[in-house]
Amino acid sequence: MDKAKKQQITNFLLSYGIYIVFALMILVIVILDPSVLSLNSLTTILTQSSTRCMLALGVAGLIVLAGTDLSIGRMVGMGAVLAASLLQAPNFERRIFPNLPSNWGFIFLVIALVVVLLACASAVSGTMVAKLKMHPFIATLGMQLVMYGVCSTYYNWIGGSPIGSLNEDFKSIAQGKVIDFGGGANLSLLVVYAGIAIAVIWFIWNKTTFGKNMFAVGGNTEAAAVSGVNVDKTIITTYILAGILYGIASVLELGRTGSATNNLGVNYETDAISACVVGGVSFNGGVGTIGGVVLGVLLLQAINFGLAYVDVDPNLQYIVKGLIILVAVAIDMRKYVKKK
Amino acid sequence: MGKENYVLEMSGIVKEFPGVKALDNAQLFLRPGTVHALMGENGAGKSTLMKCLFGIYAKDAGEIKVNGEVVSYENPKQALEHGVSMVHQELNQVRQTRVADNIWLGRFPKKGLVVDEKYMITETQKIFDDLGIKVDPRTKVGSLSVSQAQMIEIAKAVSYDAKIVVMDEPTSSLTEQEVAHLFRIIEQLKSKGVGIIYISHKMEEILKISDEVTIMRDGKWIATEPASELTTDKIIKLMVGRDLSHRFPPKTNVPGEDILKVEHFNTLYDPKIKDVSFNLKKGEILGVAGLMGSGRTELVEALFGLRKVDSGEVFVEGKKVNNKDSLSAIKNGFALLTEERRATGIFSVGDIRFNSVIANIKAYANKIGALNDKKMKEDTKWVIDSMHVKTPSEKTKIGSLSGGNQQKVILGRWLLTEPDILMLDEPTRGIDVGAKYEIYQLILDLANKGKGVVVISSEMPELLGISDRIMVMSNGRLAGIVNTAETNQEEILALAAKYI
Repeated sequence: MDKAKKQQITNFLLSYGIYIVFALMILVIVILDPSVLSLNSLTTILTQSSTRCMLALGVAGLIVLAGTDLSIGRMVGMGAVLAASLLQAPNFERRIFPNLPSNWGFIFLVIALVVVLLACASAVSGTMVAKLKMHPFIATLGMQLVMYGVCSTYYNWIGGSPIGSLNEDFKSIAQGKVIDFGGGANLSLLVVYAGIAIAVIWFIWNKTTFGKNMFAVGGNTEAAAVSGVNVDKTIITTYILAGILYGIASVLELGRTGSATNNLGVNYETDAISACVVGGVSFNGGVGTIGGVVLGVLLLQAINFGLAYVDVDPNLQYIVKGLIILVAVAIDMRKYVKKK
Repeated sequence: MGKENYVLEMSGIVKEFPGVKALDNAQLFLRPGTVHALMGENGAGKSTLMKCLFGIYAKDAGEIKVNGEVVSYENPKQALEHGVSMVHQELNQVRQTRVADNIWLGRFPKKGLVVDEKYMITETQKIFDDLGIKVDPRTKVGSLSVSQAQMIEIAKAVSYDAKIVVMDEPTSSLTEQEVAHLFRIIEQLKSKGVGIIYISHKMEEILKISDEVTIMRDGKWIATEPASELTTDKIIKLMVGRDLSHRFPPKTNVPGEDILKVEHFNTLYDPKIKDVSFNLKKGEILGVAGLMGSGRTELVEALFGLRKVDSGEVFVEGKKVNNKDSLSAIKNGFALLTEERRATGIFSVGDIRFNSVIANIKAYANKIGALNDKKMKEDTKWVIDSMHVKTPSEKTKIGSLSGGNQQKVILGRWLLTEPDILMLDEPTRGIDVGAKYEIYQLILDLANKGKGVVVISSEMPELLGISDRIMVMSNGRLAGIVNTAETNQEEILALAAKYI
């Protein structure tokens, strides 16, 4: 084989290697149990991916800035616990706050409150990164611990037991179905929300000045600054955008599962960040696409679902997920490290 | 002379830093449609003066007028919006995004909420057509050559409708052909009435392109003269404040027998070295000429084990060697002074001792791996003394030294490894005239001691001034080896273009 051809094959493997790995894994799962291929599986994967997709879209922007966010899971937990405590069913006897209203207006007020709260918390992380020049890893690690502490304190103060019996109207927001295909398969409202989030974030990334500035800051902060881009503002805005997405995902996750504890959301950042990495958002900054992120989320969720479907030991599932991330990052590094 | 003749007037500029008067009554008067060279040794205050213009530093005293109006910009962006722009020495570009995105960064044209993609591309194309730049606005900056990236920086300045363009060492990484293109663009800007401040260390270039020259020394204005009345010697005299009768030390080295032989050398990855064979003698200074991308740097990197070798043989004193990495190269007596001093040479936050001993660190370790402090201190002292490094102490951070002194430390670092073959890639880049002479002398001293020295340089006079033979690279191949005494600039340029 001549060298040019070899080079071509290497490039192909670098570009698509991770997807080949996924294809092979899915193939193995299908061979183990062909019944996995069903409309039901597909719609389940889509629904399960929805909230994760929003989280991934949020952190993707931060990774484009060559940063990260370790506080996602605890942020989601904080939002969910707060919303759950305020949105219990009006006829539930042991309501934490018995005198709260339960109409639609109040539901949306609570959702807005959670979104604003998480956007503010994320803005604090962003400010630490932008103004105090802290490494995002450290800033968001601190935020993760603080969030968990605040959430647990609140959780213990309101009784310290799982918060369930949520308002049915609220649950319908997350659990509603758009089309029922029968046999358990359906297009859920969650998927629609995720679709809207994807469209909005795609627009922001690709069509707005802010989006272009974000890529510029992630690619070369100095160049952006010299060209008159407000670097600090761009960084903080990206964090706020991420916070908004976490907020929305947090209430939807609560609605989907129907109850919350202070441990809801733990390790969600791992899935969100892995999805970005698998989808080709480079940790070196300045590189990434929405399509890649969405594909990353779907592939990871498909593998999750498939492994559970064929009854792979949960501990083994962790190993598989870990390996996927390592392969993805290894390929990412190969892509950007120039061969000498 | 009436004030209306100037597009920029900077007068009585003072800037003090704790303990240093960086600018002391400095001045600069720029006429529209001219190139005004700003010269001075490193530390003379050229950059500080420009930083005061762009608002990066706040001046302590003095007045800046643009088009007769007193101005005081707060940041480079504000200056840019008023038509005062800078083409940076270190390119400030977002390599992951497209050319057009870089040109419009910080002021994207909008159509309602969204960025007007079409306008961005067509306007960029127009500017490029105008300047004769052949680059697709949609290509990623990362895939461009250094010279193309540089042209784009200039195009960006033009796109701001700049009245004043400051170019800081614009040709330091350009080849003669690319410099010619740059000069054509400068002529075009001149004809549009743009005033250009041109900062450079290259005398020949300054005399060729500029109309007037302002010379600074120790933060003070020394002289402003029409370029036509200046000579290289006169400029140097004004810059250093004393006579530097010779730019190069007298050649005293005598080449002996072969120390290095390279045969049919090929590398695996782009940019490739193709079938290069040459020899280097003891006590010889072998110059390497070639255009940007000709493979000069890649050749020495590959010989030093930093690039993957495809085929070919390397002999040191008749013995075949295989430098599979830098460690084995050092063991086999090779040393490489890299081209990008800041990126791959100095450890800027490390002190001089750290920077001196780092390539030879194993020699200081005892059996259990602990380092011998006394020996390191002695060797660092040797580096400082024998290389004539000007520094308060061995504990000084190397980043705070001038470029010339940094380079001397790095040269000393390599000498500690006791190499037989030294490969110096652009050893005098960004170093001022006085310090250059010292580096040349050090190179000659090495040759006198019987070492083989390879010197890569983009400055033709430098190669002609210090080398014994010049090897010319062209497009990854060896275009020819000429005797320095029997060649001239034209012959070398012709060879450099041989395989293009």
